[in-house]
Amino acid sequence: MRIVQNTCKLRGYPVAAPRHGCYPARSTAELKLLQRKQQMTTAPIANIRNFSIVAHIDHGKSTLADRLIQITGGLTDREMAGKEQVLDSMDIERERGITIKAQTVRLSYPAKDGNTYILNLIDTPGHVDFAYEVSRSLAACEGSLLVVDASQGVEAQTLANVYHAFDAGHEIVPILNKIDLPAAEPDQVKRQIEDVIGIDASDAVMISAKTGIGIGDVLEAIVHRLPAPKGDRDATLKALLVDSWYDVYLGVVVLVRVVDGVMKKGQRVRMLGTGAAYDVERVGFFTPKMTQIDELGPGEIGFITAAIKEVADTRVGDTITDDRKPVTDMLPGFKPAIPVVFCGLFPVDADDFETLRGAMGKLRLNDASFSFEMETSAALGFGFRCGFLGLLHLEIIQERLSREFNLNLIATAPSVIYKMHLTDGSEIEIHNPVDMPDVVKIEEIHEPWIEATILTPDEYLGSVLKLCQDRRGNQKELTYVGSRAMVKYELPLNEVVFDFYDRLKSVSKGYASFDYHLTDYKPADLVKMQILVNLEPVDALSMLVHRTRAEGRGRAMVEKMKELIPPHMFVIPIQAAIGGKVIARETVRALRKDVTAKCYGGDISRKRKLLEKQKEGKKKMRQFGKVDIPQEAFIAALKVDS
Amino acid sequence: MIRAEQIANASPAFGIYVHWPFCLSKCPYCDFNSHVRHAAIDEERYVGAFVQEIKHAASLTFDRTVSSVFLGGGTPSLMKPQTVGAILDAIGKHWTIARDVEVTLEANPTSVEAERFHGYRAAGVNRVSLGVQALDDASLKSLGRLHTAKEALDAVAIARAAFDRYSFDLIYARPDQTPRMWADELKQAIDHAAEHLSLYQLTIEPETPFFGLHAAGKLKIPDEANARALYDVTQEVCTKSGLPSYEISNHARPGAECRHNLVYWRGDEYAGVGPGAHGRLDIDGVRHALVTEKRPEAWLMRVEGRGHGIVTDDTLNSEERADEFLLMGLRLAEGIDPQRYAMLAGRPLDPARIAFLRDEGAITIDASGRLRVTQEGFPVLDAVVADLAA
Repeated sequence: MRIVQNTCKLRGYPVAAPRHGCYPARSTAELKLLQRKQQMTTAPIANIRNFSIVAHIDHGKSTLADRLIQITGGLTDREMAGKEQVLDSMDIERERGITIKAQTVRLSYPAKDGNTYILNLIDTPGHVDFAYEVSRSLAACEGSLLVVDASQGVEAQTLANVYHAFDAGHEIVPILNKIDLPAAEPDQVKRQIEDVIGIDASDAVMISAKTGIGIGDVLEAIVHRLPAPKGDRDATLKALLVDSWYDVYLGVVVLVRVVDGVMKKGQRVRMLGTGAAYDVERVGFFTPKMTQIDELGPGEIGFITAAIKEVADTRVGDTITDDRKPVTDMLPGFKPAIPVVFCGLFPVDADDFETLRGAMGKLRLNDASFSFEMETSAALGFGFRCGFLGLLHLEIIQERLSREFNLNLIATAPSVIYKMHLTDGSEIEIHNPVDMPDVVKIEEIHEPWIEATILTPDEYLGSVLKLCQDRRGNQKELTYVGSRAMVKYELPLNEVVFDFYDRLKSVSKGYASFDYHLTDYKPADLVKMQILVNLEPVDALSMLVHRTRAEGRGRAMVEKMKELIPPHMFVIPIQAAIGGKVIARETVRALRKDVTAKCYGGDISRKRKLLEKQKEGKKKMRQFGKVDIPQEAFIAALKVDS
Repeated sequence: MIRAEQIANASPAFGIYVHWPFCLSKCPYCDFNSHVRHAAIDEERYVGAFVQEIKHAASLTFDRTVSSVFLGGGTPSLMKPQTVGAILDAIGKHWTIARDVEVTLEANPTSVEAERFHGYRAAGVNRVSLGVQALDDASLKSLGRLHTAKEALDAVAIARAAFDRYSFDLIYARPDQTPRMWADELKQAIDHAAEHLSLYQLTIEPETPFFGLHAAGKLKIPDEANARALYDVTQEVCTKSGLPSYEISNHARPGAECRHNLVYWRGDEYAGVGPGAHGRLDIDGVRHALVTEKRPEAWLMRVEGRGHGIVTDDTLNSEERADEFLLMGLRLAEGIDPQRYAMLAGRPLDPARIAFLRDEGAITIDASGRLRVTQEGFPVLDAVVADLAA
């Protein structure tokens, strides 16, 4: 599974010292910076600008952020050197060019009008899986810079994010990046921005974040074209919890935007959503270095620490207020993070189970939206049923588990949440095929649908449309954005979580971009398909699938299993079945002849070594009834195209 | 068949394997340690080295009684009878020899070599094993053999006259061979056999000319199902003729088994002498796996320099020892004593796996408690062993 819009960028430069986050630990030198070193006087609210950057992946968001930090002196040239994308502190963020956690930086900018402005940049998570986090980050700002690659034009993700910015009531400053490239077509892209997004692009700022062209113009545009925040210093404290993360030394660090009132060190604050109260220990901001101050006033963005133990104790979007005289109305838009995609994760080596549990616990420390509970599978042993915000989130967690904790995992087929309307009038939600009630008790099954936006070069449009049709999609819109086609499709989420991204990438040679949002639940003719090996159902391979798609997928899975299960002493039927009805069958033939013809004194050592290898190989297989199933068979069966 | 009780009462079996590494030409299927030399071989110099290596092996195992000697190769029948005599004399000088010692020599069934049979007999050889391989000339040619079918059968007749015991080898599952063709050939062979036959399925070994031809699609051998059919025919014909298999590829009238090869399959001790020879010796209660230098000239220099040609001396841990016992022992119709396995491994065989394999009809436990592979299990023995050993 790969994500279309996140091309992997293995850059191979050393890992920059992290600004925050719990891996790796903060250096002592950085900790010293926490000692109150400088006291930036709180600026008048009129001189504050809070903004985010909206861009498609690779269009230069992080490079622009780096330049802004550099030019305003947030980091010295030496500190910048060798660190691309200062704000993306996790390896995965850098490699994939995505931002997982919101990050902020306060810039002090002496503008041409003679005033010094405080500019707060919030770098938002750039992916649909984190749409809610994006919306909260955007809610903390008044404006956005819309960065579009002058050679690439508008992409699906750009659109999705710019609509989030509209929803947040932002002023938007269009910026054309990479204008120094020979392939840049600024006039065409400007027209595209006007046609597709519907904002005036005539005074778009022309830059090259890489070479530094136009960065001064960007700063001036931020000051003069984006509004200052509004807020009442004398009102009761009301602040938005933008994001939070775990820091080994400081505990949970909470990113806040003060709306009204003042957030002070030592103050007792209350989270309205959870009702919990804490004493604020530290107040500060990032330059991007952590810098402590005494208070944050209205319109300001910064961090607090308050002896909060777990990230799960903080809810993104919550309202923080004064514990003694709390406000009663919460800031709008608060909702808890709800997992929408689920899968089972099992260690390939059963001995790794405890390591996996520990690793998941550590990841959850910093990611409250990731959930897991123990699950037992007859085929795969002990593991965990995990919930994710989306496919990218799933992939990130899986990748971090394997990369940071050296775990080799088997993931079962991703599932969405189905609503089962039962004959007794009740409704239950399930996300594990194993939990599916008896079919006679089910009145109707409802599945989640999404609206997908796909932009693709014209030449791949036919293949993209076919893919969407094959996945039970309903076309809603087909328009052209320059030479690129933009299609909107309604699609069932369960068709998308399977291998849609992979397929889309492959049919468009990687050029199509994709974004989606959940729309609603609709009744669906879904069936539970089981794979039976030697007449016994393999729980880890069960899935809920649309009736029309069951046969194709079942056939592909049994074919793959047949290829990868070695012959045994007996014939092994491999079947895909719905209820008692077999819809596809393959047979692993029985071993007929497997014996060394000559084996004398000089052959023993070689035969023993061969046997040792066979024993080793057997250890890597799962014994399922009488059948040894290699791990690759599970992995491959769960990855098949159909 | 030699029964287990008889073995227990006799002094433990101990074999000596002597490797003569030269052939007149290399057969395209053979991956043994054999070499073709165009200059004459200085046999006397080799005798000197063999004698030295025998002396060294005896120094490690002086208290054993030799129950069998096997002169293998290569082509030992290229040795002059006096060379064989000198080697056997050295063995007799350094060890006690059992009264009923079996001394086998592998021979090519050519008229030239058959002429030496009486000389070998006089030197102390009492059993020959002839590499007949096939009874039709076209097959013999494609197998790279230098003799005709008639010549081979003539050599068999000479062996029958010269020795009390003899055996010969055939290779089956040759290109285009059908079960009917093989049954006819086998019946003809049995007419010429006395007490023992070795019948091998043609195996494509890496680093042989056949391997390259097979990989290139130029050598088509029977597929798994046909190989099985040929194996089944082999069992049927031989059993009917009173030559049941006592090992996967070896057939004998009961009591006429090759005692030397039983040493390997039963996990007994044997010393290896000559280039590339393997040995299994128990020294101070620990089993050693020994291998000598493979290249004949290098072996010669080594032995002349240090008195032996051993280049590998590994001690086997209990699991390795038990694995060897299992994989060799289950090749025999008599099977293994599971208690001996438990003693060697330090743990018994997994009862669940035994039960599973019994259910599949691949193994049985007989009245005396021995674990035997069944007629159904033998054709897939490697899978049975892997399952039991896991």
